[in-house]
Amino acid sequence: MGLEAVLNHPAVWRGSECARVAPGVPTGFAELDAYLPGGGWPTGAITEIYSERSGVGEVKLTVPAAARLTQEGRWLTVIAPPHVLYAPALAAQGVRLERLLLIRPGSAEDHLWASEQALRASCCGAVLLWQEHVHERALRRLQLAAESASTTLILFRSSRVAPASPAALRLHVSRAEGRTIVRILKRRGGGLPPPIALDLHGTSISRSRRAPGPVRLRDPLLPAFA
Amino acid sequence: MLWLALRFAALPLEVYARAARGTNPLAVVSSIGTHAEIIACNDAARARGVKPGMPPMAASALASDLHIVPRNIAAEHAALERIAAWAIQFTPAVSVAAPDEVLLEIAGSLALFGGLKPLWHEISEGLRALGYAAALASAPTPLAAQWFARAGLAVRLRHTDALRVSLPDLPLEVMHAAPDALALLRNVGAKTVGDCLALPRDALARRLGQALLDDLDRALGKLSDPRLFFTPPTVFKAAQPLPAPAHEAEMLLFAARRLLVELCGYLAATASGAQALCFTFEHHAREPTRLTLKLVSPTRDADHLTNVLREKLERTALPCPATAIALESELLLPLASRNLSLLPDAGRQEEAAAQLIERLRARLGDEAVLGLKRFADHRPECAWRTCQPGSRDTTAAAAASRPLWLLAHPRALTEVAAAPCYEGRLRLLAGPERIESGWWDGNDVMRDYFVASNPAEAMLWIYRERNRDGRWFLHGFFA
Repeated sequence: MGLEAVLNHPAVWRGSECARVAPGVPTGFAELDAYLPGGGWPTGAITEIYSERSGVGEVKLTVPAAARLTQEGRWLTVIAPPHVLYAPALAAQGVRLERLLLIRPGSAEDHLWASEQALRASCCGAVLLWQEHVHERALRRLQLAAESASTTLILFRSSRVAPASPAALRLHVSRAEGRTIVRILKRRGGGLPPPIALDLHGTSISRSRRAPGPVRLRDPLLPAFA
Repeated sequence: MLWLALRFAALPLEVYARAARGTNPLAVVSSIGTHAEIIACNDAARARGVKPGMPPMAASALASDLHIVPRNIAAEHAALERIAAWAIQFTPAVSVAAPDEVLLEIAGSLALFGGLKPLWHEISEGLRALGYAAALASAPTPLAAQWFARAGLAVRLRHTDALRVSLPDLPLEVMHAAPDALALLRNVGAKTVGDCLALPRDALARRLGQALLDDLDRALGKLSDPRLFFTPPTVFKAAQPLPAPAHEAEMLLFAARRLLVELCGYLAATASGAQALCFTFEHHAREPTRLTLKLVSPTRDADHLTNVLREKLERTALPCPATAIALESELLLPLASRNLSLLPDAGRQEEAAAQLIERLRARLGDEAVLGLKRFADHRPECAWRTCQPGSRDTTAAAAASRPLWLLAHPRALTEVAAAPCYEGRLRLLAGPERIESGWWDGNDVMRDYFVASNPAEAMLWIYRERNRDGRWFLHGFFA
């Protein structure tokens, strides 16, 4: 077996590149996809998205993928959103509302149970969950549920204090200089790419017009996650 | 013609015992006048020395924890009819032979089920899931099949010739002849059906009546033996007494599952699906508790119904232990059987979605599991509605940019030097978008909407009241 064959073996990956994993659901942002193993939101795994405040594009980041899944006829389950998920905005971005299932906030236990049920159901393409505190054991349970049906679970949190997590992908979302900055805190295959700037809110809103792509930013947050 | 006889020898016991998983000693007592005796008991009771024929007092002395229940002939008959309704999924020609037998004419079903052996297996497995132990026997005539089943011989005879060979070996008792006729036959030395057939026909008819002779002829197929076929009722109703009052969800679920399996057999037989079910839990000296299961789409999947009931039961507190469970179908709809398919198709996905929604609703309540749709109204807070999941969203798209998060109640913003503030002074990026609407229902709005960002660059949707004092409000986040 030559070196080439060894390096192309799916179980072998090098630190400098992303692990070869099951293809993900494209995020709709080519700049972001390029850095994600599988080229999108990982399927059969948990993605955690952190943002300290609302209004930085943390939900919008997931909408193109949600639109794509619902257009394909799969269901999108939204569990315990903190505010009113605004139907006109979703529809304007291509989400088929008749494939959306909304679970109103209740107890944390119910949220996790509902997530697990939705993840295990073969009809769901993705589950979006807003839950601040999830026990690690509960997360592992959700991870298994996601794996069993190859569903995508995206967990939104605002706290930055997060110990080890079984999530396959962890992102931090903030805004700076008129653009949404996505920092990959963890991904399969290791290696931390530079922060990615995305123009999520459209040039009509944002004043600064710049080409999207990796940016060099002063980054006070990264040490906190290291 | 090929008849399959199902005989339920332990029916008086099983109408109780099938409702509990436990191995507590249980005995059924039958009383005629002042005389009472045990007529059936389970293995646990037998291990303690309880035997059929004992007076109940003696049995209680042997096993202090013995549960003695009275024989319920009405329940036995109802159980037999429900078994018949369940069996219609295998053949339309099902006949009830009281007190403890059901006959199925299966000649026409053999090709569909792949032969007698697979069909036999499917029926006996199905009966086990219902909680009944049955003796099965098949023969070309219904009476012969009954006799073989009574003798406990699981024969699979297909032809009348084979019948002539094996029928004579059966003991006399299987004929269920009148007691004096049976005694007379014993006295002349007859022990088997064959001995009976060897006796001169005219003498037999003169001494024992024509009925016995006719039975022999029917069994051998010399005389026609028409049976009345069972017609399933238009609604499914089943009651299940519990051997001992039960309170735990798991125990109730076990008994309820038996009824659900029965229901699903009935539904398969009538090519329908249940959309609403009503469970009634009877209590001792108390109003019964009712539990209604409403389903998004009709189903006859016993596992799914059990899951929905489990969620519902875990969230319902019964006031006191239940003594019986009843199940009634409230709404049945036609449900075609699904074609076999290699790949998961859209229909399956819809079914999976309906099942998911039902499971979620059973635990979280109907009002917590919703769909979203748009609504034609210019007021942002009125431009959406919750709805049944899966409802069509027919409203045309609005062009203007709208935030993904809307605050349920707009939040008043503080002002510093005439500029609105939210975690710092806000910078207006786009706007104003003037919205004036709703004067007709009293909730009129006169607002100028702006897109704004704060020092942390959070994108906000804010508005300024035009009709009052020009105050600023936060109405959404471009999350």
